[in-house]
Amino acid sequence: MLGLNKKDTSLLLIVAVLTLLAPFILNPFPEGSAMAQFNAGYPDLMQRFVIFGIFAIGFNILFGLTGYLSFGHAAFLGVGSYAAVWMFKLISYNVIPAILLSVVVAGLFSLLIGFISLRRSGIYFSILTLAFAQMSFALAYSVLSNPKFNLTNGETGLQVYADDPQWFHRANAPDLPHLFGVSMRSTYTMDVGGWSFDFNAGYYLCAVIMMVVFYLAIRIFRSPFGMMLRAVKSNQQRMNYTGLNSRPYTLAAFVISGMYAGLAGGLMAAMDPLAGAERMQWTASGEVVLMTILGGTGTLIGPVLGAGFIKYFENIFSKINDNVLHSWFAFLPDGMEDFMVFIIHPFIGKGWHLTLGLLFMLVVIFLPGGLVEGGQKLLNWVRGKRKDKKTSGKTEPAE
Amino acid sequence: MDAILLQILNGLDKGSAYALIALGLTLIFGTLGVVNFAHGALFMIGAFCAVTLQRLLNLSFETVDETQKDFLGNPLKVKTPYVEAWFGPETGAAIIDWSVPLAILVAIPIMLLVGYVMERGLIKHFYKRPHADQILVTFGLAIVLQEIVKYFFGANPIQTPPPEALSGSIDLGVMVGFDPNAIIYPIWRLIYFAFATLIIGGIFAFLQFTTFGMVVRAGMADRETVGLLGINIDRRFTIMFGIAAAVAGLAGVMYGPLNPPNYHMGMDFLVLSFVVVVVGGMGSLPGAVLAGFLLGILESFASTTWATTTIPGINQIIIYLVAIIVLLTRPRGLMGRKGVMED
Repeated sequence: MLGLNKKDTSLLLIVAVLTLLAPFILNPFPEGSAMAQFNAGYPDLMQRFVIFGIFAIGFNILFGLTGYLSFGHAAFLGVGSYAAVWMFKLISYNVIPAILLSVVVAGLFSLLIGFISLRRSGIYFSILTLAFAQMSFALAYSVLSNPKFNLTNGETGLQVYADDPQWFHRANAPDLPHLFGVSMRSTYTMDVGGWSFDFNAGYYLCAVIMMVVFYLAIRIFRSPFGMMLRAVKSNQQRMNYTGLNSRPYTLAAFVISGMYAGLAGGLMAAMDPLAGAERMQWTASGEVVLMTILGGTGTLIGPVLGAGFIKYFENIFSKINDNVLHSWFAFLPDGMEDFMVFIIHPFIGKGWHLTLGLLFMLVVIFLPGGLVEGGQKLLNWVRGKRKDKKTSGKTEPAE
Repeated sequence: MDAILLQILNGLDKGSAYALIALGLTLIFGTLGVVNFAHGALFMIGAFCAVTLQRLLNLSFETVDETQKDFLGNPLKVKTPYVEAWFGPETGAAIIDWSVPLAILVAIPIMLLVGYVMERGLIKHFYKRPHADQILVTFGLAIVLQEIVKYFFGANPIQTPPPEALSGSIDLGVMVGFDPNAIIYPIWRLIYFAFATLIIGGIFAFLQFTTFGMVVRAGMADRETVGLLGINIDRRFTIMFGIAAAVAGLAGVMYGPLNPPNYHMGMDFLVLSFVVVVVGGMGSLPGAVLAGFLLGILESFASTTWATTTIPGINQIIIYLVAIIVLLTRPRGLMGRKGVMED
């Protein structure tokens, strides 16, 4: 289907079904039950899953295929956000021009940065992209927000004000980001028994876009172009010796992944019309790196899994506080209970970053292939066991 | 003229910090071939050694002084730090006052140990892994260290004042023949610069004039051959890692009085230090030091009112701009050698 082989088609279909049914899947616990805090099926979080999924898919096209580790991808996300909010300010709240412009601007920006950074490889490349991202952050945070030329609105963040022109704003359109009149915030809530499922317009827009870009990523992975990128990763020198110039290929990969990041940034602004400089900070770049390696570098589904995993646990861990912990360990004797809470306390709530850092290290040390590799190992192990049983089952009658 | 001199002086303290961190980074990179993203965290740990020592010295017990009354008429509670009780009020007060310089003595063994543990416990397992993995795992470590410090010391900057005697400013201009009040400079910044020069000189002398240093230099040039000569080069490299950690830590200890330490100071300096290393030339120790001072001074010139009114915000981006220009014109950096990190 659509030029994909059987395996890829089924992968795409699985992703499609999962994203479309996410409001059901992510809300397995009835409203008001003790487990309801583990539900993730509310629009805000689901949007983040999908948007960061897009971001990570794009990052993986660069890092997973060519092996070039960029530490500055958050800059493209931030640029995309700013572009989208400017479209809201100037044209109208319709998300289509905003998203288009964010992709285009991020693409141009990444073309510029990639053209310079890709002159070097390895660590130099990482540090160059890092330097560019920090420079963009400094530009957005302070330099480009002076009264004479206010492009980013500095610390406050760029947002739409009532006196902005909005040349094509129609009177009957909602005063929030919308798609031809359908507000991104409009949510249909379906109550079934104790459960309530939210169907959010914004989420579905993001989900559809993610499926499209996921499909594109599959096509890139399977194309001769993707093969060339893999060749860059495995042995760039040999590629140069065979007379191929690898620069155009890596630059193309860089720009494509920059455009993915810009798309994610544009969608982020479309869900919440606000763009701040902190989105461009290098910790944000580190986060997308983590998502990609946690899920599985160079695999198709890995980055999406990683993004979902991290955003889910970020949300859950930040919500848990000491009271929740006390209620969990209430069955233990008093001293033990306090001790357990004391041990876990640094890792929850505001300590989520500590957990994230530990997770980062553990994944890099023990599971360089990420969740996908872990899953495959587990699968092989289970299969291996079953095989053993079969063979033993076969040998038994022979005895 | 005096304005130029003042800006150069102003750049020296930041330049010293950049040079010290970049020196440590280059030492680690040159010996072990590892890119250490946790080096900024070591700088921060050094600064927090000083904070911890200061807090320990200020630990005190309360006594009730019957002779004095507070405004309600109750006997006044007087806090006496233990050091003052043990060593007598004057010596004790002096010890507390000099807590930052004293922290150097504490920080050296702690940082050597931290560096040793880090190398043996984590970095060792990453020599054969790709550079990307090294970057990622040390990045994770940096986050963890930073968050641990944040958990114990909070997110706010903590004041670490210099000793009373060294906290003022002196009129440097008069000494070299300018008008009085033209160049007034804080003493601690001069001390920081002198301290940095001392450490940098010490490291170079150590590498140049000791047998140990000679072996290390030989190992940096050709690790395999040194190993074939029957020298346990790994052990020496581990010690070099410890020394690099100590250099970063000491840079942090002494930096406290200039800028109150907070948990993310390491990250702030790390990115810039990497830029410094790249500008100086990966693997080149003199390059790292030179680029550190140059960029520090350049940043100070870009922070003048004249520069910031001509190009708003130039002080924020000047280092990155210079790095980009240097890399485009001299891809190996100012003093980079051929064959280092060319793959």
